[in-house]
Amino acid sequence: MAVQTGAMQSNSRVGEVLQGFWSWLVGFCKAQPLGGVGLFLVLAAVFLAIFGEWLAPGDPQKIDAVNTYASPEWTGGYILGSDSLGRDNLSRLMVGTRASISISVIAIFFGSLAGFLMGLISGYYADWRDSIIQRAVDIVMSIPTLVLALAIVATAGQSERNVIIAIAVIQIPNVARVVRSVVLSVREMEFIQAIRAVGASDLRILIRHIAPQTFAPVMIVVTSFLGLAIIIEASLSFLGLGVPPPNPSWGAMVAENATATVFNRAPWNAVFPGLALTLTVFGFNLLGDALRDTLDPRLRRG
Amino acid sequence: MKRYIAKRLLQFIPVLIGISILIFGIMRIVPGDVALSILIGDGSGTPDPAAYDRIRADLGLDKSYVAQYFDWIGGIFVGDWGDAIFKDKTVLGEIGDTFPLTFQLATITVIISLVIALPLGVLMAVRQNTWIDYVARILTIGGLALPNFFVAALMLLVMVLVFEWIPPIKPANFWDDPWTNFQQVIWAALALGYLLSAVVARMTRSALLEVLRQDYIRTAWAKGLAERTVVVRHALKNAFLPVVTIVGLQYAALIGGTVIMERFWNLPGLGHSLVEAIVRRDFPIVQGIVLMFSGIVLLANLIVDILYAWLDPRVRYG
Repeated sequence: MAVQTGAMQSNSRVGEVLQGFWSWLVGFCKAQPLGGVGLFLVLAAVFLAIFGEWLAPGDPQKIDAVNTYASPEWTGGYILGSDSLGRDNLSRLMVGTRASISISVIAIFFGSLAGFLMGLISGYYADWRDSIIQRAVDIVMSIPTLVLALAIVATAGQSERNVIIAIAVIQIPNVARVVRSVVLSVREMEFIQAIRAVGASDLRILIRHIAPQTFAPVMIVVTSFLGLAIIIEASLSFLGLGVPPPNPSWGAMVAENATATVFNRAPWNAVFPGLALTLTVFGFNLLGDALRDTLDPRLRRG
Repeated sequence: MKRYIAKRLLQFIPVLIGISILIFGIMRIVPGDVALSILIGDGSGTPDPAAYDRIRADLGLDKSYVAQYFDWIGGIFVGDWGDAIFKDKTVLGEIGDTFPLTFQLATITVIISLVIALPLGVLMAVRQNTWIDYVARILTIGGLALPNFFVAALMLLVMVLVFEWIPPIKPANFWDDPWTNFQQVIWAALALGYLLSAVVARMTRSALLEVLRQDYIRTAWAKGLAERTVVVRHALKNAFLPVVTIVGLQYAALIGGTVIMERFWNLPGLGHSLVEAIVRRDFPIVQGIVLMFSGIVLLANLIVDILYAWLDPRVRYG
């Protein structure tokens, strides 16, 4: 009996959390209509990234030598036309969502996690650890983003994993700086002194009491750099150093089709992937802006 | 001020050393073997071990990593940045040949973006919450989401389909043939400048809005000054600080943008040369250009700080 009650209680707990989240979501969309649009675009992109492979009408790699540069038609089998090898643009676009979204999200996640830990250590222990981390941050930040990513991918070899590493490395200093500055200000607050006086260990203070304070600023940095990460991934693909071909990616699709020759035969082939890219980044930027307005107390209106 | 600049230049040294070690390390763990790819590039089917060793010795690859690093760094101070592997050129020669075009592209881009962004930003702030402001805000938010290569692709699309014209293909030097050179560079600069102007216009708007709410501006209004005088003579100067900062911060992103534009429009600049060298594993060129780019970013940051003191007399550097 006792076990059952426990399960039921936790069930209603989950329900409460979900309900709380739902009402927050409704409130967010009402207060930030543009943010709601952004959220919709982001969710659509994430949905395609997860299910695109199953929903795609055809095989994105299938070559159809007879129907190259097919025009977009509802009935002809190529809704968005076909490319120079007769591959279906719509299928390539849908499967390519995965490359764009998952690479960027995974990279930003790991980069932010590493930057978060470095920022915590750097801000809490203002000693040699801080100096080393700060110098490393300075160095990474003074190499132009795309150049650093190019160098990393060229070195480690062209693969999905290495594109992720390249973007993650770029994200580390952004988060590390923000977290460090928050920790520096929180560290001196009286409630931290009080907890230390009670005898809490450094680790406990850091994780239980300081880390939660960094949540809002980190969320702002993360969302505002997601759009940039997607552009960097696409730029690498565009330069031929992203996800290895023949796997579809939006950046590579623009690169393959943005030549005078292709434009004369099938101008839309470069436009669709470019639009998909723009809409996705637009969505992330709108969402980021709205989150900043709701999470940053200085910008809160009214 | 002179002492401050000297101090800042000294602070560059550890950062540049760090960058040099980082980029040297990255290029040394490259999986491809350069010596081997030179041999195979010669067409000799099975590599001759003696020739292989000779090439490695020529490139200095037979020495320890530490010795290789100090050879490279020592050379940098005496003007010997090494030789390109797949070109009959020195690294400095390659940089000298390609730098002017990248510098020209970056300069035109910054000018274009300021010409668009400053009036637009001022207009958005002065006419806040009118339709001008809304349209401009949507355009600038859209601008931030447009990847520069997609903007460039759309430009080419319009050229090909509407004007049936593409820029001259054979690269032209600015001093020899300025008109051809202009026709080649301007599109890349427009594509980059549009994006940069989106960032700068947004910053100008929010900076000016903040200034316009201050007391001394209300005083200026109360004196009966014309709107033009209040905005241009009184407000704009103080709104410039954040704008200068953002232009400086965007410099690193701008360099990344020039890399992509030079590839797309086939302009023989630093970025073009960098991507080519990365693909071929021509490590002396990659090391040289990355160091050069990082130096440019550091210098841009320094110039921003100096401009700061010049624009705002309250800022004093010791």
